[in-house]
Amino acid sequence: MAATGQAMNAHTDYLLHLADNALVLGQRNAEWCGHGPILEEDIALANMSLDLIGQARLLYQHVATLMSDGATEAVTEDALAYFRDAAEFRNYTLLELPHHGALAPGAAAERDYATTIVRNFLYSALMVLLWEALQGSKDTQLAAIAAKSLKEVHYHLRHSRDWLVRLGDGTAESHTKAQAALNHLMPYTQEFWTPSAMETAATQNATGVAAATLQDAWNSLVDDALLEATLARPPAGGYIPQGKNGLHSEHLSYLLGEMQGLARQHPEATW
Amino acid sequence: MSTSTPSSAPVPALKEWPLWEVFVRSKQGLEHKHCGSLHAADAAQALQMARDVYTRRQEGVSIWVVPSATITASAPQDKAEFFDPSADKIYRHPTFYEIPDEVGHM
Repeated sequence: MAATGQAMNAHTDYLLHLADNALVLGQRNAEWCGHGPILEEDIALANMSLDLIGQARLLYQHVATLMSDGATEAVTEDALAYFRDAAEFRNYTLLELPHHGALAPGAAAERDYATTIVRNFLYSALMVLLWEALQGSKDTQLAAIAAKSLKEVHYHLRHSRDWLVRLGDGTAESHTKAQAALNHLMPYTQEFWTPSAMETAATQNATGVAAATLQDAWNSLVDDALLEATLARPPAGGYIPQGKNGLHSEHLSYLLGEMQGLARQHPEATW
Repeated sequence: MSTSTPSSAPVPALKEWPLWEVFVRSKQGLEHKHCGSLHAADAAQALQMARDVYTRRQEGVSIWVVPSATITASAPQDKAEFFDPSADKIYRHPTFYEIPDEVGHM
C-alpha cells in the first residue's frame, strides 16, 4: 500500500506540476488585461491566459478525481488552485517572476513587454514539445489534455516568437530590452532539464516524459528564433532554480495572495 | 544595412501602424464578410491580431486582411448621381414574375 501511495503521489505531483505551470503563467499574464501595450495585444494575452487557465482546470479536475478516489473527503479543483500554499506549488520558478528584470530591494518597475514575450517564448517552445510527447502518455486522460493543449500552445509559440523577432530585430531600444529580458530569464530555463523525483517516476511508468530528452529540440527552436531576432544567447550556468520542488522565489506568494485572497475570504462562495 | 543610394530621400518613419480591414468567413461555403479594422505593422501581424480580436468566440474559419489604403471607395457627394437614379426603377427587381408553387423557395 505504501508503494502504491508513493507512486500515486509521484503521479499526482507530476500532474500538479503541469497544472501549476499553466495556472501561474496564466495568472501572471492576466496582469496585462486592460494594460496591454495596444488593444490587440491586450486581447491576445487575455486569450492566451484563458487557454492556460483552461489547461490548468482540466489537469486539476483530473488530479482531484484521482485524489478523491478512496479518500474520506473529496478533493476539488478549487481546493487545489486556491487552498494550497506557495511551498506546495510545483511550477517552474520562471513562470512566477514579475514582468520585469531583477530589482534592488524596495525598488519598483513598470511591466516590461519584452520580459513577457521572452518568457512566453521560452515556455511555449518547451510545451509544444512536451504536450506533443505527452499525447502518448499511459494516463489516457493526460494524453487527451495534451492533445487539446498542443493546439493552443502552438499558437502561443507563434505569437511570442513573432514578437521576439520583431522586438529583437526592431529598433535599438526594442533590441536592448529584448536582450536584457533574455539575459534575465534564460538561466531560469535550466530548471527544465534537471530531473525531479516526480518526473523520474512519471517517466519510469510512462505517464510522463523526461524533459531532458526534449532539450536538443528546444535548443534548436530557441536558437533559430534568436538568430532571426538578432539576439545573443547568454552563456549557460549559474544557480538552478527549484520551483518544481516547491522552493520558490518571493514572487509566487504575492501572486497567490492576489489570486487566492477572494476564495480564502469567502470559502465556498458561488456566483 | 540600407542599400539605398545616397540621393534617395529618407522615408520618414510612420508614427502609427497602418490600418487594415478584416474580413471573416464564418463557415465553409459562405462568403467573407467585413467585420472591422485594426492597426498592424504588416500583413502577417494584421492576420494574427485579427485572429485574436475577431475570431476568439468561434466566429470564423478563414480571415482576410486588406490594407485600408488600397480600398477605393465611392465618395459621399456622389451619392445622388450614383444611387438615386435606381430608386424609381422597380422593374429591375424580378418581382413581377409568378413563381409556381412547385418551385418552392427561391
